[in-house]
Amino acid sequence: MIDITFGLNGETITITTHPLRRLLDVLRDDLRLTGTKEGCGEGECGACAVLLDGRLVNSCLVPAIHLEGRSVMTIEGYRKTERFSVLSEAFARTGSVQCGFCTPGMVMAAEALLRDNPHPTEEEVREGLSGNLCRCTGYSMIVEAILLAAREGEGLWSMPSDR
Amino acid sequence: MEGISRPIKRFDFDDKMSGTALYCADVTLDGMLYAKTLRSVKARAAILSITVPPLPEGYWIVDANDIPGKNVVPIVSEDQPFFAKGAVKYIGEPILLVVGPDKQTVVDLLERIRVAYEEVRPVLSIAEAEQVRENFIFGDTPYFFAYEYAKGDLSEAAGRAVRVFEDEFETGYQEQAYLETQGIIAVYENGRVTVSGAMQCPYYIRDALIQALGWPEERVRVVQLPTGGGFGGKEEYPSLPAVHAALAAVKTGRPVQLVFDRQEDILCTTKRHPAVIRLRSHVDGNNRIIGREIDIAIDAGAYAGLSGVVLQRMMFAANGVYDVPHLKVRGKAYATNNVVSGAMRGFGGPQAAFAVEMHMENIARALRLDSFAFRQRHFLHTGDTSSTGGLFLHDIKLDEIAAEIDRISGYRNKRTVPRPKGKGKIRGIGCAFFFHGCGFTGSGEESLIKTRVRLRKCPGNTVHIFVSNTEIGQGVLTTLRKIVAQALDVPVETVKQTYPDTDDCPNSGPTVASRTIMIVGKVLLDAALDMKKRWHEKEFEIVRAYEYPGNLRWDNARFQGNAYPEYSWGANVVEVDMDPATCEVTVTGVWAVYDIGTPIDKTIVRGQIEGGIAQGLAYACMEVLTSENGMLRQTNLADYTLPTSLDFPRIEYRLIENPFSDGPFGARGVGELTLIGAAPALALAVQQAVGRGVTRLPVTPESILEMMDRDD
Ligand code: FES
Ligand code: FES
Repeated sequence: MIDITFGLNGETITITTHPLRRLLDVLRDDLRLTGTKEGCGEGECGACAVLLDGRLVNSCLVPAIHLEGRSVMTIEGYRKTERFSVLSEAFARTGSVQCGFCTPGMVMAAEALLRDNPHPTEEEVREGLSGNLCRCTGYSMIVEAILLAAREGEGLWSMPSDR
Repeated sequence: MEGISRPIKRFDFDDKMSGTALYCADVTLDGMLYAKTLRSVKARAAILSITVPPLPEGYWIVDANDIPGKNVVPIVSEDQPFFAKGAVKYIGEPILLVVGPDKQTVVDLLERIRVAYEEVRPVLSIAEAEQVRENFIFGDTPYFFAYEYAKGDLSEAAGRAVRVFEDEFETGYQEQAYLETQGIIAVYENGRVTVSGAMQCPYYIRDALIQALGWPEERVRVVQLPTGGGFGGKEEYPSLPAVHAALAAVKTGRPVQLVFDRQEDILCTTKRHPAVIRLRSHVDGNNRIIGREIDIAIDAGAYAGLSGVVLQRMMFAANGVYDVPHLKVRGKAYATNNVVSGAMRGFGGPQAAFAVEMHMENIARALRLDSFAFRQRHFLHTGDTSSTGGLFLHDIKLDEIAAEIDRISGYRNKRTVPRPKGKGKIRGIGCAFFFHGCGFTGSGEESLIKTRVRLRKCPGNTVHIFVSNTEIGQGVLTTLRKIVAQALDVPVETVKQTYPDTDDCPNSGPTVASRTIMIVGKVLLDAALDMKKRWHEKEFEIVRAYEYPGNLRWDNARFQGNAYPEYSWGANVVEVDMDPATCEVTVTGVWAVYDIGTPIDKTIVRGQIEGGIAQGLAYACMEVLTSENGMLRQTNLADYTLPTSLDFPRIEYRLIENPFSDGPFGARGVGELTLIGAAPALALAVQQAVGRGVTRLPVTPESILEMMDRDD
């Protein structure tokens, strides 16, 4: 067991854990942040996606030891942002949520994509979501949602980010 | 379109979007224990002994000996145990649970359990099952179910025919691959057990609990939690983990959570049935199909499950949307020692549609006829009878569907443009017509399910819907509210509905068979109209039951009459590019036209269309799932490849206006229809690109290479 200090949704926390414990388990089991989902546990589905220093990662593949000094953003933190509101509005309008199990991961992927590229093309959006599986929607509605959010949230993603 | 079709924000949206919706694995209860399942690693064996390591304090084993009632899953044929006892019949069959407070310790204990098996020669495919003469898996036949039905006089037709065409097709497994794996929590409190989790059919689970526990229904409660997709995979299967978790909760006196990991989920849950379908068509001198024989064999796996019902649906769909006066259809669901096949979106329809659409195309080609026109000439019309002799009472708009699909896709034009020769990709385009029967077979909605709904008017003019239909992503928490609100002419926000709970929701049937809107929605609409008449009263309830329409009839012994209360219809066109060097197929265009009656929320319907088509396309060309020696070879999402956002292009679709007079606001079923036509359309496109007959799904670069090497 080791102590690890890292940023989580804007706060600095210290946890005592096994160095190889998956970030996903740290979040879900230890910290009870269950918005991040487990769909496969093998890095294939993206349901567990979170931002690590602003980059999209599958938290089932990140060992706790990698967290020291870094910052993690999950849906629990992200849902308080204005960008989330814009995405939420766009997801609602396009019907991008069905069973909802992929949704938190999709939202984090959308944020990662838009902060890199505030004005993506459809191909770029499809590329950006390609690590996140959705079995319900066939993706086009989610792609549309992100294109819509990029338009409606004009300026939100081109500002320096809050990482 | 009607006002009801106007999209509204889903009632389950905010929770899911913000990650606050609590799915089974997100729930933690005080003192909760975790359970993991020990599963058979043999396809067929006697269990000689099971050696369990010493259990630390607080850890438990739960197995068949803990079942106070019957160790048999209550489903069509009662042949499947909840826990294997003395013998196993497939790899992945549950034997026992290890239960305890620490997940890792539970897993470690599980790995240290030794099972001594004595292997028995397994039956591993349909072909092997056909040869079995002794040591049957089930009773004294190599199959669980064998059916046949006929229409007209086939031998007379055969006598008149001038040409006969024969084809054989084969389809593989498909995994539902809901993104949330199976998960159940059971709590035992005050002599009652409450099971909650991921499910499509709370009352199936309730019945399973009653049977396993031998308890009266008052002691059993089932509650759905937000569910991460079902697609049939959470229809009959969750009865197993539900009973397992409940037994563990009763034994330990603590809440028990049983969540599958992905490998386990793929390995041991139900799949779409592999099928072999043979068709033989008799054609007269006017190039008209006058008779057809169809032979179907499906791999049911080790237990009967729902295979009989799937087989029936496949048989009733096997002649497609065509009017063929003389028919003979036979089907067998074979017992093998493969994983149990079961419900998956389409429920036999996708296999049938693939076979008949390929066959129609092949006949037209052999007759040197335009296959689009050839199929049109055989379309069913209102007033015709179905293959089971049921009169089609409502408007069939196949001609409009055909015209519209051609208009939006340019199919006929593209189809005839010569294929580019030489280097570069080869284009192909395919078109499929299809239908899907909505609701239970025959009069099952009334006789088997006895569908009932309850509506309560509360003080303050809110209305509460009580039904057992589950929200599995398809929008039931929104669409049913819309129907009731519109009928009562009240704001939809004043209509309440929660995830179903058997304590207060009557049995309005399972959430399957594209039945929720058309059947349950209609009963709710009628209940709401009753309520409206008494609207001045402050507080009261309306209970209504489904009534089988008087103009339908069904003889279940002979499979004669209206096989389903009503049908939805559609056409798909798929365009592909095939790389002749690698044999890779890229889908470059997808078009769809449906007649689903009135859409109850156009956005939700769009979700059903786009999601269903993606599953159908992937079934046709991506999702390879094979069994070798009874063991599935693809047991994770790296090997079993689901489509990503990059795999398929946008879909262009249209809905035909054709309100169904017996559906709520004119609606018919939609959920399954959308998956059915994609595979034949894609296969026909590949067939054109390759210039060889596609006979097997899925089509992969390897199978295309094989086709190219074949000289036909
Ligand atoms: S759970 Fe991490 S990628 Fe699937
Ligand atoms: S909404 Fe169900 S997996 Fe995406």
